[in-house]
Amino acid sequence: MIVRELVLLGDGRTDLATHLARYGPLPATIDRAALLRDVDGAGLTGRGGAAYPAARKIAAVARNAARTRRDPLVIGNGTEGEPAIDKDKTLMTRSPHLVLDGAQIAALLTGAPAAVIVVHPRALGAMKHAAAERAGGPVRLSVRRAADGFVAGEATATACWVARGASTPTGTPPRLSEHGPAGVPTLVQNVETLAHLALIARYGPAWFRSAGTPSEPGSMLVTITGAVRAPGVREIGIGMPVRHVLEQADGPSAPLRALLLGGYSGAWANAAEAMGLPLSAAGLADLGAAPGAGLVAALPADACGLQETARLARYLARQSAGQCGPCVFGLDAIATEVSRIADGRGGGIALLTRWLGQVDGRGACSHTSGAARLIRSALRVFGDDLADHAAGRCAVSPGVIR
Amino acid sequence: MTARLRVDYITCGGRGICAELLPELISGDDWGFPIVTGESVPPRLLGDARVTARACPLLALRLEPHTPSGTP
Repeated sequence: MIVRELVLLGDGRTDLATHLARYGPLPATIDRAALLRDVDGAGLTGRGGAAYPAARKIAAVARNAARTRRDPLVIGNGTEGEPAIDKDKTLMTRSPHLVLDGAQIAALLTGAPAAVIVVHPRALGAMKHAAAERAGGPVRLSVRRAADGFVAGEATATACWVARGASTPTGTPPRLSEHGPAGVPTLVQNVETLAHLALIARYGPAWFRSAGTPSEPGSMLVTITGAVRAPGVREIGIGMPVRHVLEQADGPSAPLRALLLGGYSGAWANAAEAMGLPLSAAGLADLGAAPGAGLVAALPADACGLQETARLARYLARQSAGQCGPCVFGLDAIATEVSRIADGRGGGIALLTRWLGQVDGRGACSHTSGAARLIRSALRVFGDDLADHAAGRCAVSPGVIR
Repeated sequence: MTARLRVDYITCGGRGICAELLPELISGDDWGFPIVTGESVPPRLLGDARVTARACPLLALRLEPHTPSGTP
């Protein structure tokens, strides 16, 4: 029997023997070229939010390592600094060996002698225990605590944390696959991506494609939170209608206004418009949203979306790594302006829009672009509330204007 | 050759010299940090772009060969 779930909530046992009994062993020998073709054929994309094709990234690191004759570095990214998202912590706590399998395979595919898994503090115990069980395997696997903060999970920041103990984005070029902060070609893959890799190596690309859609194959972990009856992490086939995704959490606990999709740097979507759409990049594109890192957060009809966005904007501004001017000054100014609008204190939409245009795409990482995407989506989805707030009232949640 | 101007925002201190020297391609945002317009530098401005990049006191402005985006 093929066990396809990434996270098995069953009896909570996570030891190596149980893992092997569930999923079976990894193939005894791995043909690098054939497995890389399988990963490519499976269509696996990164599950950390950017959805970059895993096979292309792995192949680039392998190629650059061979060309430069340097041992590449493989990093499993389980930083998960985003407060609303729990899927990587859940995965690493419940199925740590699947992540380690994936790291081992990524190392074999790129020719790396070792792999480092960077782990959120909440999952550190489970991952360390699992890594200790596999000492002496073909690849040196080590586990280290992730840095705190939202931006620490950005790929160059995580690589910089491993190489130098500072979790700041380094900017590209050079690309990580060419020359990471440790001075060698570096592969950074989200831990969920590694877990999928471990299952593709066992069961093959056709099996992987039996879930999801032809253009976005496989399953993904989602964190369903907010106004739902049973919030938590679930595994869904990519493309599941949003309504059914919410049903995985026993459905909405109140009438819904909007959904925050993807993550804090994702996008708001009108709940009624999103319900029938597939949770996939193609399905959500018309709403300007994407599955991202798998957040589905439900905002109830009596909550003010502008106030919620003001909180998120302030959070994102505070999470700036403090390196790039447009991020340091721009996000702070933007967060203040969103607060003024939300509080009915006379913030200007034209000024806000101008600043969103000025910060978008400018910085060493995509933090400013993510914040701009979120706030622009709020102006669309909560557009009807803007005039109300400007007039000093909030029809949705009257208490929020003081 | 196709070239583009790239700002290293980690290094950039927002002194604004580049926007003064090359207003055709560089403007300042509301905090004084450069915004480069256009994907690549038009051939007639290549010389000016080279001079401007060299004039940055923090070496935060680069004139580099323009390659389509690919692997991260």
